[in-house]
Order: sequence, then C-alpha cells, then structure tokens
Amino acid sequence: MILTFPKGGVHPPDNKLSAGSPIQVLPVPGTVTIPLSQHLGAPAEPLVKKGDSVITGQLIAKGCGFISANIHSSVTGTVARIDRLPDSSGYRRLMVVINTGKDDWQEGIDTSPRIIKNITATGGEIIKKTLAAGIVGLGGAAFPSHVKLSVPKGKKADILIINGVECEPCLTSDHRLMLEKGEEMIIGIQLIMKALDVKKAVIGIENNKPDAIKHLNSILKEYEGVTVQPLKVKYPQGAEKQLIKAVTGREVPSGKLPIETGAVVHNVGTAFAIYEAIQKNKPLIERVITVTGKNVANPSNFLVRIGTPVASLIEAAGGVPEDTGKVVNGGPMMGKALNSLDIPVTKGTSGILLIPESESSRRPAENCIRCARCVSICPMGLEPYLLSAASENKKWEMVESEHVLDCMECGSCSYICPSARPLLDYIRLGKSTVSHIIRARKQ
Amino acid sequence: MGTAAALILFLVARKFHVEEDPRIEQVENELPSANCGGCGYPGCRAFAEALVKSDDISDLNCPVSDSESMAKIASILGKEMAERDPVVAVVRCNGTPGHRTRTSIYNGAESCTIASSLYTGERGCPHGCLGMGECVEACNFDAIHMNPDTMLPEVTDDMCTGCNACVLACPRDIIELRKKNKKERKIYIACINEEKGGVARKNCRVACIGCGKCVKVCKFDAITLENNLAYIDAEKCKLCRKCAPECPTDAILEINFPVKKKVKEEVQ
Repeated sequence: MILTFPKGGVHPPDNKLSAGSPIQVLPVPGTVTIPLSQHLGAPAEPLVKKGDSVITGQLIAKGCGFISANIHSSVTGTVARIDRLPDSSGYRRLMVVINTGKDDWQEGIDTSPRIIKNITATGGEIIKKTLAAGIVGLGGAAFPSHVKLSVPKGKKADILIINGVECEPCLTSDHRLMLEKGEEMIIGIQLIMKALDVKKAVIGIENNKPDAIKHLNSILKEYEGVTVQPLKVKYPQGAEKQLIKAVTGREVPSGKLPIETGAVVHNVGTAFAIYEAIQKNKPLIERVITVTGKNVANPSNFLVRIGTPVASLIEAAGGVPEDTGKVVNGGPMMGKALNSLDIPVTKGTSGILLIPESESSRRPAENCIRCARCVSICPMGLEPYLLSAASENKKWEMVESEHVLDCMECGSCSYICPSARPLLDYIRLGKSTVSHIIRARKQ
Repeated sequence: MGTAAALILFLVARKFHVEEDPRIEQVENELPSANCGGCGYPGCRAFAEALVKSDDISDLNCPVSDSESMAKIASILGKEMAERDPVVAVVRCNGTPGHRTRTSIYNGAESCTIASSLYTGERGCPHGCLGMGECVEACNFDAIHMNPDTMLPEVTDDMCTGCNACVLACPRDIIELRKKNKKERKIYIACINEEKGGVARKNCRVACIGCGKCVKVCKFDAITLENNLAYIDAEKCKLCRKCAPECPTDAILEINFPVKKKVKEEVQ
C-alpha cells in the first residue's frame, strides 16, 4: 500500500534532472576550508594550529558538549590558517583552511570498495564511534547523529524509520546513494537498529523513485526486519514528523520530540555514513551533493570532500550558466540563496541549485485575499496567514498562542500563496522572537 | 425598573469603589502621553504609577519630557529627581551606495530584522545599515527618516526625544543615544564594524579600520580602541576636532561645525 501523511502538503514540480547521473568522485581541490560549525549546536574547538600537517581523516576539531560534533580533515596537507571567514550567510565564522598535498589517508581507514557485512560492534560501541566520526544528519538539518542514537532514559524506541523520501524538488543525492550504495546503507541501518535496540526498520521512499524501491527490495531479501515503504509524492514528506505520521500513523505531540512516539528517523545518507564509520573506520569527510538547475550543462551528483568551494562543484557540472539569477544551497523549497560562490561545502549541504534569472525573484507581495490556501496546505495544521500577520504587527503573545513553534519552516505556505506574500519570512521572525521570549521567561 | 437598576449600580459602584492616589493622575498629566515606552514601562500611566509608588525615583526617567516638567513631577511627589543631560539618536553607519557596492539583491520581506537573520545584506557588510527603515517605523515622533540618496536613516535632532525606540528596533545596534551638544554639534565614528582593517575596508570604503590614529591624537582620552573599532566617548569629548582629519578612511563624522579656516581657503 502506498502511504502518505494526511494533513496538508503541496506538489511542486520535482525537476529531478540529475536522477540518471551516477555519483562522480570530485577531485580533491587545492585548498579546502573547513568550518568549525557545520552542525546544530555548539561549534567544535580546533585541535590544530597554523603550519600543522594534517592527514585525511585526522581529527582537527573536537565537539564541545553533548549537542556538537567532531570535525576531521578531509584532505592531507598543511593548515594555512585558522580564521574567521564568511559562511553561506556572509557572516564570518571560524574555519580551518588547509592547503592540500598528496592524498594519503590516516592509518586504519579502509578505503577499499569491499563491503563488510559482519557486524561485530556492540550498541554502545556504535554510538561511541558515531560520535567520534563526527556524523550529523545528512538530510539537511545537520543534527548530531549520536544524540538521536542515544535514547533518553525512560523512553523506548520500537521502530527505526529511514528517510529516503527526498521530497525536496531537484535534489537527487539520496536517490543516487540508494541506487549505488544500497547494500552499504542497509548494513548501516542494521547498525542503527542495534544501537537503538529495535527489531523493525522501514525505509520510506516516495514512489517517484521506483528504481530505488526495486533495487532496495532485491537486496533486502537477505536482511531481516527491514522493509521498504513506498510513499505518495507529496512535499514535505521528508520532514521528520510527517514521515513518522505517514509510515506509522503516529502523531508527535506538539512541543515533544519524535521519540515520544517510539520512532527514530535517520536519513539514508546518515545510514551510509554510519556504515562507513563503524565498518570502515572512516569519519565523515565527504558526502554526495547534487549540482543542478534548468540551464546547467551537466546536472550531476558528486562525491565531494567537505570544505571544497562551491565554485569548483559548479565548474565540474559545466560552469555557471550565463543567465543565472540565484545560486541556492539546498533545494528550491527550503534552500538558502548563497552570497558568494567561494564558500565551502559543509556536512549539511545536500545540493547546489542554479536558478535562471527569469525564475529567481519573487513576485511583489500583494494583499492577503483570505483564500485560506496556506491554512489548507500547512502540514502542521497552523494558520500561516494569521501567524505572519501577527508577527508583522509584533503581537508576540498571539504568535505564541497560535503555536508558531510547531512550524518547521517547510515553506509550503509561501509557495502556495497566490498573493506572493512573504509568509514564512515573518513566521520565522515570530518563531525566533517567541523562543527568545520563552527563554527569557524561564530565566 | 430603570430606577431600581440605577440604584443597584449606584450601590455597587459605591461598595466597590477603589481609592486611587490622586497624584497618579497629576503626574500622568505632566507626562507627554506619547506612550512610547522609552522609560521602560508600558505607557505613561504605568510610568506615573511607578513614579508615585517608588521611594527613590532617581533611576526613573522619561526621556521625552524636558527637565522642566520632570522637575514639576518631582515637586508634586516631593522627591528628588536626578538631572539628566538631553540625548539624541545618532546613526553610526555611513555606508552610502558610493561607499559600499551592492553585492546581492535582497528579495525577502521588507524588514531589517528578517534580512539580518538571513545574511549580511545587500551591501555585504555584516554590521552596516540594511536600509529597510525599521527605525523609522519605530519612531513615534517623526524624528527619523530614510534619505533616498544615502539609503541611510537620518535623525532630525530637534524632533528626537531620545526615547530609545529606534535603538531597540535596529537589529544591528547601529543607533546610539549620545549627549546633545551646543548647536547640535557632534563628532562620532560612523562605523561599528569590528572586523580587522582589511576585511572592514573591503566591505566599505569609510569603515573604521582600527588603526588607532585618532586615539593617539586625542588629548582628552575620549577615544578608545577595542576589537579593531574606535569609539568616541561623548561625555569626555570636548569637540576639539583634532581626530577627524587624522582618520585615513574618513570614518569620523563632524556634524554642524563651521567649515575650518584652512579648508575654506582651499575651497576658495
């Protein structure tokens, strides 16, 4: 049976131009710039200094606190400087710049393509190694994975959901990964199941990827407890709460974590990274990134070292087309426009989208005509027009009482609005203001 | 029945009548009724209540009222009121289109706070004015306006009451309240960029690069240098104008001063 989440959702054209292009390994660039804050939570603390030689896979920054992640060198070379450099927003953050030399790997890392099926690590070891390898959620939010593997005391997980939905239009990195690294990914799923101590795992895949569903099903005959669940195409199915609802029918209560329902969600990319960390001893230093766009010469999927400048990815896909109006980090729905092409790729970068000038700017906002389309498509059951207006008029109590904190910023409301109102812009403002107010109240 | 109802209402009103300090009303009448919130209280009434209730009112100040009406309030209450220098809002950014090039086009909601949370802004400076006028919106006294040529807000000094609303509205903390000087003269550093010199200069031609030349030339120790940024203390500054010509990036602004003799001759 094909499932989906019941409330709201939109159907943007999926434009998966790069779905047929196999993952290519992008050559190691001359310099990499590795940000120390690539994840949600506290930035990592650098362990190297200017002039140090580093080797691929070496730990160069240590995570600070529980919600943080280690960072490893993605190349072999010397540290040119540790400086505050602009990130995708243009604001300066601490980054490590490394000039690359010969591509040697740290001892103990298995770089052979051999698949290691035999799982010897215990649950605790898996969590420890995930933490050490600096793995974060590769779906986009970059939430440290070891946190999600450690079930809080008193809670019990009974199902693992693997997110192979890739509902964001244009992006195909997860799709290609499922096709090309399916078996490794499934071993990764087995590892996560062991760490969480669950017996059941479901891979949720939208049925616009029938080849991935078929391929994984053929591998899964050998593995117990893991099934593939085809899902109806609908945005934002890849959102954690929507995916849990679609697959299990359980609803995450407002303000609570998904573990309340007994479900834990990990992305397919994360499952693959965990396989590599535990079975191959390889930290998270590279990931698959889609480079696509209507006028891009060769929409492709690249296996890229973390810290590679975005410009060299675009170069490899055929360069920036002449009429490009916007370069977006991520997909068209939730991605953020880039300020410069010199910024590096991070653990959370899932795609680079080049939008032609004719499609890149928003229409001027008009008055709200009270059509309530935003209300009917909001997957969280909120009233975006109301939240946005209340936030625009600084009515923070109302913004809070209308559950602004349940908004996950999927952007469906802004997408559907016939008056092109900047709904999400104001809702985001409301969200951040309300969370500040709540934090101040607690103190 | 009407009479009966009237009687009931009369008796109820009598019974539940709340005695209020008559001074609250008196004090409120002296306040400007602008309800700007500059005092930190939600409106003039709440501020009047606070004035009446607290024993020590030296910390309470209505930035909008002049010293005369504040003295009157003090005499109504029979309490000591601290003297305060009048202040005026100053915009510490001089990033006109000529001084910083546009590096991107902002297409989102017209709000400085939203733009600032997303990125450094159209002109690339992570500290500079975003030019969408949230300060203008916040002003209750029509004292701040966007200048379409410079794309920066401008304060009309005699309209500005120093209520602090624009300071709170600006997401980048560019606006500061500074002591009012004679003839509305002021000298200040129109930059809050704490980046290193080269980086700051790359974003904006008139950025403070933290070279410290102004600090050395100041005889009154009014200028301090911290995090690559110089700051002129308005309390210590004697308006001697020695610092401004020293600045290699013209980041120090002199406002409402007569043209210097030398410069005048050169112009002629």
